[in-house]
Amino acid sequence: MTTQGWLFIATFLGLVLAITKPMGIWLHALYQGRRTPLHRVLGGVERGFYALCGIDPDQDQSWRCYAVHMLVFNLALALLTYLVLRLQGVLPINRLAYPGMAADGAFNTAVSFTTNTNWQWYSGEATLSNFTQMFALTLQNFLSAATGIALAFACFRGFARRSATGIGNFWADLTRVTLYLLLPVCVVYALYLIASGVPQTLAASVQVVTLEGAHQTLALGPVASQEAIKMLGTNGGGFFNANSAHPFENPSALTDLVQMLSIFAIGAGLTWCFGKAVGNTRQGWAILAAMLTIFLAGVAIVYWQEAAGNPLLHQLGVSGGNMEGKEVRFGIVGSALFSVITTAASCGAVNAMHDSFTALGGLVAMFNIQLGEVVIGGVGAGIYGFLLFALLAVFVAGLMVGRTPEYVGKKIEAREVKLAVLAIAVLPLVILCGTALASVLPEGLAGPLNKGPHGFSEILYGFSSAVGNNGSAFAGLSSGTPFYNGLFAVAMWLGRYFVIIPMLAIAGSLAAKRYTPATSGSFPTTGPLWVGLLIGIVLIVGGLTFLPGLALGPIADHLAMVRGQLF
Amino acid sequence: MKNDILSSLRPALVMTVLFALLLGLAYPLAMTGLGQTLFPVQADGSLVRANGTVIGSRLVGQAFTASGYFHPRPSAPGEGYDGLASGGSNLGPASKALHQRVAGQVAALEQAQPGQPIPVDLVTASGSGLDPDISPEAARYQVARVAKARAMNPALVRGLVEAAIERPLLGFIGEAHVNVFELNRRLDALPAKPAA
Repeated sequence: MTTQGWLFIATFLGLVLAITKPMGIWLHALYQGRRTPLHRVLGGVERGFYALCGIDPDQDQSWRCYAVHMLVFNLALALLTYLVLRLQGVLPINRLAYPGMAADGAFNTAVSFTTNTNWQWYSGEATLSNFTQMFALTLQNFLSAATGIALAFACFRGFARRSATGIGNFWADLTRVTLYLLLPVCVVYALYLIASGVPQTLAASVQVVTLEGAHQTLALGPVASQEAIKMLGTNGGGFFNANSAHPFENPSALTDLVQMLSIFAIGAGLTWCFGKAVGNTRQGWAILAAMLTIFLAGVAIVYWQEAAGNPLLHQLGVSGGNMEGKEVRFGIVGSALFSVITTAASCGAVNAMHDSFTALGGLVAMFNIQLGEVVIGGVGAGIYGFLLFALLAVFVAGLMVGRTPEYVGKKIEAREVKLAVLAIAVLPLVILCGTALASVLPEGLAGPLNKGPHGFSEILYGFSSAVGNNGSAFAGLSSGTPFYNGLFAVAMWLGRYFVIIPMLAIAGSLAAKRYTPATSGSFPTTGPLWVGLLIGIVLIVGGLTFLPGLALGPIADHLAMVRGQLF
Repeated sequence: MKNDILSSLRPALVMTVLFALLLGLAYPLAMTGLGQTLFPVQADGSLVRANGTVIGSRLVGQAFTASGYFHPRPSAPGEGYDGLASGGSNLGPASKALHQRVAGQVAALEQAQPGQPIPVDLVTASGSGLDPDISPEAARYQVARVAKARAMNPALVRGLVEAAIERPLLGFIGEAHVNVFELNRRLDALPAKPAA
């Protein structure tokens, strides 16, 4: 670890804190449906969309209606993606003549991109045409992110509204977020990326005769336009197999820093937006403080372990940190920081291969996902996931002081707590059952590349990533089989919608309640005591169930590495 | 419930079509047009041409095996430095395969230049398999071999390396590195000298 490294981490944190409020203000305007300066340019498009759909954006929807409309829309998107993937061979802009995907692979990919997971069993540059990348995947990158932010808005309204029947209009939230936030930012962001060296062309490849006279074919395509939304929308699905480690996706240390910031930008802004929505921005800062504390602890562990390097290689006379799977231009600190950000935030883009991290470095990435990606989290999904933990935290605090728990002016009762537990229990249930199943069936055991505990880690990481809608991998796992494609698709579906539906039910139930003003007996939900309680609940409720699994995987792996045992 | 589903069908279908046209076609095509106009070199992949032939991209590494060139890092997928197959080795820290691979590379380096500490990036595969860079230490490590193969004064080669080092932005954003392709082009650009 170096001073420059810590300075880099501190700079990153400072920039996140600087972005939080401006982004929050913008999000809050969209949350309220207020007019923004961009309405002058895009207001006509917005109204046109509503007119063609025959919807009234001011019509409030009940939580059930909001949920059904969101689900049907997501289903339509998944179907479109599936069809484009299957029919790729006969669709245009396919200069390398790639055939359509098989049914299991297309099913997996359609679910993966609809659920904002972007798990990729395939290698982008060797499987997908530029048309598929644009028309299926870039599109999904936008809309799965917009869906997540819309859902967060619906969730906020549950807390903010009083004696209300509705939680907003899904179509209005979706359209506003897309037109006034994601699209304009991506236009500027993509231009920056192109200027920095990320290709943007309809050509699929170029032939190179190298200095030594060998032939090299470089894959190209409309990379920058996809890269921008891939990061901003915490999607994480790479244009290329190597994702943000590929020099065409992430050419320099500066693009790397910008990519890391763009992963956190909206998620951090949403914490401020939540505080503003419930009438006290300190509520938002308290949540952000709890998130960043967990985040920093993770960064410190990964940086320490990766900088210390692999003792097994040091014995061979090699000096330095763990550079297997890392790029020289990012180095140890740039790779360690990125890995914690991408797993904390449900992004899943990688600028280094997590599979080759030290055992404890890889453990932090996996554990971040298993916590439910509530440390900043995916756009929208992070904050509504975190609010579920906040409900549990006030419930626990209520039990301790013997009062009905309250949070931001709403009484939290049996129904909300049961629903929150239901949503939180989905993660460990599906991750652990899926991992157990794959660890005993021959189809599952055929997956891992590595042997010993690290092979088990690859399976555990895979299910964690799928259910958590992360999308990063211990990529040694060969998951392009009907077994894994099918199971992971189901896992991604469950992990997304079985959190969303209870969350929306909570929002509906809370919106209907009256406002309960805080009294001297209310548990304060802004100070350090609350932040500490939140961290404790996230770690204990979210993390504890995974400790046995982690002991069998990365912890055993670490002990083996220290003792010099190879697998 | 049934009413909710029925009322969702038209907006779901129309929104899918409208957004597909806007975000799946108009946006990437507009960015392609803008990118090709404003930054044509970068948008095409930062390609370098010599006598009309594309000899590489400044950003993407290529394989160098001749002893007169600086060598890049090991590349895991396929034959190595395959522009259609990016990725890392994905071998875990206690992997026997990783250990054997590194041991083999260390032995080869040791044989050529005994007794020098080996920079870690020279024997570890990158994440992309296309890493264009090596660390300044890894470049300095190779100076003696390159100078000998080219029958050049090592101080001259060393000078080229030092001049090719790209420093971190503001001193702490990124790592110091040397672009292998650029360094080797500079080597080739030197006037050929008769062997001593």
